[in-house]
Order: sequence, then C-alpha cells, then structure tokens
Amino acid sequence: MVKTLFNNSHLQITMMRLAHQLVENHLSFQDTVIIGIQPRGVNLSDRIVKMVREIIGNQPIAYGKLDITFYRDDLHKKDLLAPAQTEIPFSIQDKSVILVDDVLYTGRTIRSAMDALIDFGRPKKVELLVLIDRRFSRELPIEPDYTGMAVDTILTQKVKVHWDANDKNDEVLLIDKV
Amino acid sequence: MPLSVKHLLGTNELTGNDMEQIFLTADNFKQVLKRDIKKVPALRDTTIANIFFENSTRTRLSFELAEKRLGADVVNFSASGSSVSKGETLIDTVNNILAMKVDMVVMRHSASGAPWFLSQHINCAVINAGDGTNQHPTQALLDAFSIRERLGSVVGRRVAIIGDIMHSRVALSNIYCLLRLGAEVMVAGPPTLIPKHIQSLGVKTEYNVRKALEWCEVANVLRIQLERMQKPLFSTLREYALYYGVTKDMLDSLSKEIVIMHPGPINRGVEISSDAADSKQSIILNQVENGVAIRMAVIYLLSGNRGLNVGI
Repeated sequence: MVKTLFNNSHLQITMMRLAHQLVENHLSFQDTVIIGIQPRGVNLSDRIVKMVREIIGNQPIAYGKLDITFYRDDLHKKDLLAPAQTEIPFSIQDKSVILVDDVLYTGRTIRSAMDALIDFGRPKKVELLVLIDRRFSRELPIEPDYTGMAVDTILTQKVKVHWDANDKNDEVLLIDKV
Repeated sequence: MPLSVKHLLGTNELTGNDMEQIFLTADNFKQVLKRDIKKVPALRDTTIANIFFENSTRTRLSFELAEKRLGADVVNFSASGSSVSKGETLIDTVNNILAMKVDMVVMRHSASGAPWFLSQHINCAVINAGDGTNQHPTQALLDAFSIRERLGSVVGRRVAIIGDIMHSRVALSNIYCLLRLGAEVMVAGPPTLIPKHIQSLGVKTEYNVRKALEWCEVANVLRIQLERMQKPLFSTLREYALYYGVTKDMLDSLSKEIVIMHPGPINRGVEISSDAADSKQSIILNQVENGVAIRMAVIYLLSGNRGLNVGI
C-alpha cells in the first residue's frame, strides 16, 4: 500500500515554511551555515537554501555538503558504500550550523554527521532540519529542531522521497512492504 | 561498488572499473588530507599488519600513514631482527601475526610471487607492497592517478618508462595499469635492461632515450637496481648517465613540455640529473603525496572483505 505524505504543492509550502523558520531564528545568516548531508539531504538543502536566499534578499549564505560514509557505525556490517563529495569551503568554527537531511529515522546518520562535522572545527551550535521525522523509531537521543512533517511509522514501512530534477514533481510517499 | 578482487596483488588483476573506483575514492581521501584533522574513523575496527621483508622508506611510511589516517590500528614487522632469521616460514610468520586478530596484511617481499602464494594460504586480504622484480601495484595506481591529476585523463596519453625495466616491479605494474586505462606505453633504456619479448605486452620499445622523450607526454624515469644485478649489464654508471640519463638540457630542447615522474629513490646524476628532477615539469613529490590517498582508497575498498577472517 502506498500513501502520499506530500504531493508537490504541499511540499513546496512546507519547505517555504521551514525556510521562513530558519530566517526567523537566524535573521541575516551572518554567523550561520547550512550543511546538507550527502547524498539525499542535499536535494532538500539545495531547495531550502534557494528559498532562504530569496527571503533575505539574495545575501550570500555559507552552504556546504557533508559526506558521512567514513563515519558510519555500520561500515563493515553491510556492503561498502561509495563516498560522495564533501564540500565545506568555509570555517565552521564558532558558527551556528544547520544540518539538513530528508528523513530522520534511527538517528545514526545524524550521529555520524556530528562526528564528521566536529573534524572541521568547533561550531557554536548545531541544529537539525528534517523533512520527515519518523517518530518512535529512534535508536539514539537525537531530535530535530525543524520538522517538515512528523509521521508515526512501523518498522516494515518505508518513506520514499522523490526529488524531481525540475522541482515540478517532488513528492514523499509512505510505502507498506508486504 | 566493492572491487572485483579480494586482494591487491598485481595491476593485471584489476579491471578498468576497479581502477576508476580507486581513483574516485582517492579523490575523496585527498580532500580529507587537506583538512586540519587529516583523519577519518572508517577503519577504527580494523587492524593492519605491515610485513616488510625488504627495505623501504616511502612505501612503508605511506602505507602506515594511510592506515592511521583511516583510523586503523597498525603493527609493523620487518624481517631483520625477527624470528625469520631463526628459520620460521613465511606462512607460519604471517599466521602467527594473524592469530593476534589482524584483519589485513600489507607485504613487501624480495621473492616475486610471494603475495600470491600468501593470499592462497591465509584468510585475510593481502596487499602487495612490492614483490621482487614482479609488481608494485599501489605505485602504479598512484602514478596513473598523478597523471590523471596533472593532465586530466590517462586515456590516449603517451607514457615512456625509462631506465632499468628488467629489474623494475614499478615498470611491470605501470605497463598493465596504463594499458588497461587506455594509455600508450613505451619502454626505453639500454637493450641489456629491457626484457626480450616485452612487446608482447603491447608496449613499444626504444633504445634511444632522446627519441623516447620526443614521443612521450609523460616520462616515468626509473632507478638502476644494482642490488638485483647478478652480472654487469652496462659498463659504468657514468656511461649510463651519459647515454641514458635524462637532463634538463635535453628536456629544454624538446618541442613540448613533458611531465617528469620518478617512483624514488632517485640516484641523482645517474638516471636523472638534479635540475631535471627538481624542475617545474617534475611531479615527483606530487606522486609521494598522492601515494597516501591511493593507499587509503585501496585499503578502504578491500576492507569490505573482512568477513573472510571469521573462523580463524
């Protein structure tokens, strides 16, 4: 069974709301950087950063991408993963960092991301923005600061986020595995 | 995603895909090495033994740094001062090391084929760090990676390997690797130092170093391995330097600027003059820098096979 959590227009409204929340808390983004987690969080952060730029009048925002492959705690438990590019061409020392990922599930990805982040410097603060928060499935004490939608799911369900290259048909589905 | 091989023994066993995978992963690690904290915890659950039955500076340091920067635990072993002198066999030595819960072995040995032999008798990944006059795969991979970095690609490039081809494991590994990646390869040097029938591998041969330099875009200059020669193959080093040495004057007189490489150690004034080795067109130190990233990539990609070790 497939249930649509977000259709395209609903998703655009929610992402715009998240962008406004970021601006509300960080105003001019002078001491704030946005970092998308590779590979799938980057699709979301690309869109959010574009919206934030429009809201604050196209001021420059420090925006980076972080690959966490080498920091995973299950690296040797399954097949090796191909690493993606890490691009953080600025200092995060004493900055507020907003980590962006699409789905928050066990929290292990975010744990790895925080480890990876600390290797680049000591941020003043780290916040977490996710599109989908799968509640009650956390294996670590990690909670998001900005949430697109919180959903109650069970183990056998899968959340699938489709990102369209032209931003026209983005959608988020909840799939029951039979 | 994982490599098609369980061990890195020779470059002839790698597919073009494997090499591309190694290069892409090395790109990532090169970027890690530029950070303030040049370390990732990817292999914090892995222990690696560096077993060196033959002398080495660069390769051993490079492997050890690569392992440490992946977060692995490292044990070093060199034949001198070990129980090898008491008559222990290679397999016994290595199995004793593995019994202490080691997950991967990096080995250099003076006997050609030793890593192949070892890989058939032990239960963990083996990386060949040079075996006799046979192969030195990580050197060839870092050479190709350095060419790719300097010229943008390897395919279609003309690479001349100049010097003691006969005794060089770097030459053979380079030939397999570069041909697999689509480069054209020429070997050049005195006839006594070029093996007969080497053309059957698909390389050109040339006995005139100047002509080889005119032909190529990249010249990989190799050291004369006097320690491996049982009988004299040329009269004096001075004569070799005069007829087969690469000099700055020679490079300046070419119609184009070629890239100069050398796997080290250099015998300055023999196979290459100091001013040529230190010139702008030389990427010798880039090769050394890239060596760590390439070895990190190889170790990381082979670490996926650690399950092999279960049951020892």
